[in-house]
Amino acid sequence: MPKRTDIHKILIIGSGSIVIGQGCEFDYSGTQGVKALRDEGYEVVLVNSNPATIMTDPELADRTYIEPLTTQYLERILERERPQALLPTLGGQTALNLTVAAAEKGILEKYGVEVLGANLDTIRKAEDRQLFKQTMQAIGLDLPRSLVVTDVSETRQASRELGFPVIVRASFTLGGSGGGIAYHLDELRQKVHTALEASPVKKVLLEESVLGWKEFELEVMRDRKDNFVVVCPIENLDPMGVHTGDSITVAPAQTLSDAQYQQMRDQAKKIVSAVGVETGGCNIQFAVNPRTGRLTVIEINPRVSRSSALASKATGFPIAKIAARLAVGYTLDEIRNDITKATPACFEPSIDYVVTKAPRFAFEKFGEFPLDTAMKSVGEVMAIGRTFKESFQKALRGLENGKAGFEAEGPASRETLVKRLALPSSSRVYWVKAALLQGMTTEEIAESSAIDPWFIDQMKQLVDFEKVLKENKRDVETLRDAKRLGFSDAQIGALWEMPTAAVRRLRVGAGLRPAYKLIDTCAGEFESRTPYFYSTYEETGDLSSGVGSARARGRKKVVILGSGPNRIGQGIEFDYCCVQAAKALAELGHESIMVNCNPETVSTDYDTSDRLYFEPLTFEDVLEIIDREKPQGVIVQFGGQTPLNLVAPLAKAGVKILGSQPRSIDMAEDRRLFGAALSKLGIPAPENGIARTHKQALALAKRIGYPVMIRPSYVLGGRAMEIVYDDDSLVDYMDRALKASQHPSLLVDRFLSDATEIDVDAVCDGRDVFIAGIMEHIEEAGIHSGDSACTLPPHSLTPATLETLAKYTRKLALHLKVLGLINIQFAVKDGAVYILEANPRASRTVPFVSKATGIPVARLATSVMMGRPLRRLLPAKLVKNSPLSLPYTATKEAVLPFIKFPGIDPRLGPEMKSTGEVMGIDADFPRSFAKSQDASGMALPEGGSVFISVRDEDKGEMLQIARSLRQMGFSLVATRNTHEFLARHGIEAARVAKIGEGKPDVVDLLKQKNLSLVINTPSGKRSRADGYAIRRTALELNIPCITNINSGQAAVHAIAVLREARMSVKPIQDYYRQLPVFSK
Amino acid sequence: MKTTALLVLEDGSAWKGQACGAEGETLGEMVFNTSMTGYQEVLTDPSYKGQIVAMTYPMIGNYGITAADHESRKPFLSGFVTRELCRRPSNWQSVEALDFFLQKHGIVAIEGVDTRALTLRLREKGALRAALSTIDLDPKSLLRKARQAAPMTGQDLASQVTCAQSFRWTEGYRETGAPLHVVVYDFGVKFGILRCLAAIGCHITVVPAGTTAEEALALKPDGLLLSNGPGDPQPVGYAVEQLKRLLDSRKPVFGICLGHQLLGLALGGKTFKLKFGHHGANHPVMELSTRRVEITSQNHGFCVDLASLPKEVKTTHVNLNDGTSEGLAHAQLPVFSVQYHPEACAGPHDSRYLFDRFRDLMITRRQSPTRI
Repeated sequence: MPKRTDIHKILIIGSGSIVIGQGCEFDYSGTQGVKALRDEGYEVVLVNSNPATIMTDPELADRTYIEPLTTQYLERILERERPQALLPTLGGQTALNLTVAAAEKGILEKYGVEVLGANLDTIRKAEDRQLFKQTMQAIGLDLPRSLVVTDVSETRQASRELGFPVIVRASFTLGGSGGGIAYHLDELRQKVHTALEASPVKKVLLEESVLGWKEFELEVMRDRKDNFVVVCPIENLDPMGVHTGDSITVAPAQTLSDAQYQQMRDQAKKIVSAVGVETGGCNIQFAVNPRTGRLTVIEINPRVSRSSALASKATGFPIAKIAARLAVGYTLDEIRNDITKATPACFEPSIDYVVTKAPRFAFEKFGEFPLDTAMKSVGEVMAIGRTFKESFQKALRGLENGKAGFEAEGPASRETLVKRLALPSSSRVYWVKAALLQGMTTEEIAESSAIDPWFIDQMKQLVDFEKVLKENKRDVETLRDAKRLGFSDAQIGALWEMPTAAVRRLRVGAGLRPAYKLIDTCAGEFESRTPYFYSTYEETGDLSSGVGSARARGRKKVVILGSGPNRIGQGIEFDYCCVQAAKALAELGHESIMVNCNPETVSTDYDTSDRLYFEPLTFEDVLEIIDREKPQGVIVQFGGQTPLNLVAPLAKAGVKILGSQPRSIDMAEDRRLFGAALSKLGIPAPENGIARTHKQALALAKRIGYPVMIRPSYVLGGRAMEIVYDDDSLVDYMDRALKASQHPSLLVDRFLSDATEIDVDAVCDGRDVFIAGIMEHIEEAGIHSGDSACTLPPHSLTPATLETLAKYTRKLALHLKVLGLINIQFAVKDGAVYILEANPRASRTVPFVSKATGIPVARLATSVMMGRPLRRLLPAKLVKNSPLSLPYTATKEAVLPFIKFPGIDPRLGPEMKSTGEVMGIDADFPRSFAKSQDASGMALPEGGSVFISVRDEDKGEMLQIARSLRQMGFSLVATRNTHEFLARHGIEAARVAKIGEGKPDVVDLLKQKNLSLVINTPSGKRSRADGYAIRRTALELNIPCITNINSGQAAVHAIAVLREARMSVKPIQDYYRQLPVFSK
Repeated sequence: MKTTALLVLEDGSAWKGQACGAEGETLGEMVFNTSMTGYQEVLTDPSYKGQIVAMTYPMIGNYGITAADHESRKPFLSGFVTRELCRRPSNWQSVEALDFFLQKHGIVAIEGVDTRALTLRLREKGALRAALSTIDLDPKSLLRKARQAAPMTGQDLASQVTCAQSFRWTEGYRETGAPLHVVVYDFGVKFGILRCLAAIGCHITVVPAGTTAEEALALKPDGLLLSNGPGDPQPVGYAVEQLKRLLDSRKPVFGICLGHQLLGLALGGKTFKLKFGHHGANHPVMELSTRRVEITSQNHGFCVDLASLPKEVKTTHVNLNDGTSEGLAHAQLPVFSVQYHPEACAGPHDSRYLFDRFRDLMITRRQSPTRI
């Protein structure tokens, strides 16, 4: 069936901010969807609140709305655009939920919008646990026994029927949030309570435990003619009980016979028909009893997902792109296989390698949590090898978690080992190795961990081979076997007690180099035309067949190093920059070669670059690619800290670094060199020094004066950064921080309290500096810039300050000989400008600046790095007078993952904790701030009661806030001290008891939902216990909680505009038209 | 210490690895199979007689050997090639490890081979004769042997794998009303086909390839199934002659794979050899009447030439990868056949409707013997 001609304009909904459970895989799928539909000639309108996405690039969709993903804004967009149809299946759970909400409010009907991809009935059948269960039972499929509860009082009866442990799942939540496992009645009650709070429909499913069963996922597609294909079966190494996003997973399935697998496939086919997935992709999870083979259905997602992105990358089958085409009426047989260009997409990929995905956690930020059915990881790596052992080792070394790959924990007592094996955790496979090293058998380990013995045996083969390695030092045959098993030079070096470089010399001398093979969807049966490679130690690679090299003839080759697994502090923003670099290289006529190992990203779409190497970003893996490709140079500026860490060894190996040279990076990162540069340039910085010992640190702090900001050098995302107020805390810090950093040096800075922090992004070509944006943080200095809201243009700085900022930026960029991007952080205190730090690379704010101004900053920087002067890329006047003055305001807000980590204090500090960001854009600061809050999921109230409790330093500003709120008709609630203070200034407020002063206290008030906003600024060094309880309770009840006074002020202004007029929407393309640079 | 094994193709390429099955030496046509699961079904599929099979999926043996998944009484293939063979299988149905199974049945096998490089070579050059040995490790000597191996074209392999005498098949029988009696011509039949027939309520008599039409019809079948089997259909001329006479009986006939090719020959068509054949479980086939696509299991090196058939024979199914004929039906006779494997084993079950269609045809025919 050909595509539909009765629709012309389609709205695609994105997934919003990156949060745990919803990562940049939806940028990958959304971008594919937008491109596919535009290629088909449809007019595409996009809405997504996340500026750090490729999909929101202004040239991608016809019109792009960076607006909050709420029904209110969606309705405005529908009203303005009047699309005939809406595609919600590419934007994760967020897009599905928004679509259901809009339908239930009658909005879709009102504007006559058809839902494509999955109709509402399908979404409900898949998402509503009760309906899903009924649907599955009707087609005779087996599920774990289950019950739905809507109230805590129903738990006792339920537990009698199901037996413990009981699995708790909240309906309509993403990443399994609000779920968990309960082992006894008290725990069950508590988990049901939390789940009910998390579920927007207040339904919770309790399930028979299938803990320890084998877990499988099928990624399937179906079209309107009922053609059905399985793109990929995935097997989880971690058994049932661990969220699939937190599991190590392997593709294809390893331990099922064909008959067993086909039974699963038959069921999957029945399921998608019964649920009614007619045009698109679907993810189905199964559990298999390892003793009896009983096969049960767990859940389905009638949309593209994290797993479908993984399956696409693992097989070369672009699920999202094809799903978009199916949604507009095509059938699978009418779509061509992109990779072979000759065969149709209606087939099932056959792969001739093994893919391993490993999750990346951020427990260094939040403390270690055991793994369960609520997802906790923040990113992932995928690795490809010819055997499981090879791909498993590549995956683990790609994680960049401080381990060289498959390392061992322990040693530990047998009792401890058994305990650690039984407890799902981020380090469990390392405990498996410990257990193997200590002589536990495969069966014993499998028994303790419920990990299939097949996987344990594979790991055992690796451990056993380490013995062979140790006994055969420098033996070439052993080295060859080791490489085929996936051991890195570094691992071999450690076992051979020789430097990594020496292993490499020996290996290269023996001619042991990796072969590069293609991911071709068909196990070699057909010729592949898409250069998508992985390395393996085999005799011959596919590169020798000349794929890709012909197109490189006469063109410059440039390698772009990606940013590896997402983590807090290094996420989608950097992938955005890498993709932009590839686009710029294409525009310049160069060949781009992408290296990355993150399956969620757009950068690892084979469409993005000319050639893609899906490889870990370690020195060894990268250098092998460079040796083979012999590029003109390597771009390291865009991938965050990951490629920067490789600069020194790559430069030493004679690799040309494009853009700012290693010397510039050193000058910015080495405190002594940087300090010297600043003195020379006359740019003030807070007093600072470097300490390597406790004694030095104490002396420094004494000289500078408390409070001081202290952190290890060369770290990311403010890792282990703290503000320290006295000697005791300093000593305590030294003990902890020295452990966290590989570099034993600490930076001690004067902490500028109550300063305004500024971020500047600029591009320098060695002669001119283009200031792309000056951003003012809402939160004061001391809150990590990644967690701070910021506005562009700044809303409170004087012209003189702005001029100083621009002047310092230009001076410093030129002095550091920056070629490409530089990010500088400043603090403004009492009118004086201080520099905090400078990084000659892409920053997290580059996509935000690009979206706010319409100038593709990373692309510009790439051109500059390739030798184009700024003056030829932009009007000279614009460069000279930069930054651009904007007749509107964009506000970026950080999105935090606190809700996923039970018990932690949701307060901001110098260590970054956010996983993502949203942008609000509107005519002025209050409006854009209001939108940013709405987009971050913390919509500001227009009325109700506000609880205020602030530290003494904030009392002055608090008065203004309180007065404004009262004037707008809010009632105020405060504890004794604040209450008295307000009363003294004639502001009426109700008094409430502090925790411990009696009942009802402030937490009770929150729980009764009698408050619509909390303003609570934590005092000084440690948060008080009641402050914590207030913040945590507000978080769990989804009541906006403002934890610093500047945000309080911004919020009051925003509330005022929210109350005045209804908010409007406008595509970013229209905003850019207001700018003189684009008006012609 | 593992025993070295050597595989040499007739183009002179040599592939060193380790023995992982029986020790010995074997000759055959080198082919690759792209199915990611189902190595046991591949090993026991009689259609691989005379061939050395390389699995493109690199890790083989993970779930061992099960009691339920044999496709015939023993492996018939000449040799087996894989990247890595798993000696510690894990599965609730597993009864033995793959290496043990191979040794038990005397199948020479090699692991450690770059099976992707091998596949690309076969893709470029077409199926090649090969010699695989754990005894003779001299590439030149093995090359000589490979070049002396009998080519697939012109060999009657069906007679080497067919049953010695007829037998009844009851495994998997399901009562579905009036039982139908099907005579299955065994050219190398897979048990999967028999199980599918049993599951739709057929009583089954399996007869040797050399059975005459009279002998078969004397069993009073409701229909005849022409099974799959190895190699080139042309040397199986004796069966083609009998088929022509069976067609005259106007009994429903269902042909699968080699059975499809033999039917094509009996209907007056020609067959030709494909470059490297279809061996896998992911080939898309479209049924032209419904335009629906089924993902099929395939295993054949020869193909019916569409253009050579008389006009009353219609193409019913087409392979979407390369456009080759995958199915035919006769306009006047109750006869149809497919090139692929509707029983799958290994592979998706999308095409099992064809067995239902065969049953319906037999029922219709029984009720009104003259109509089709």
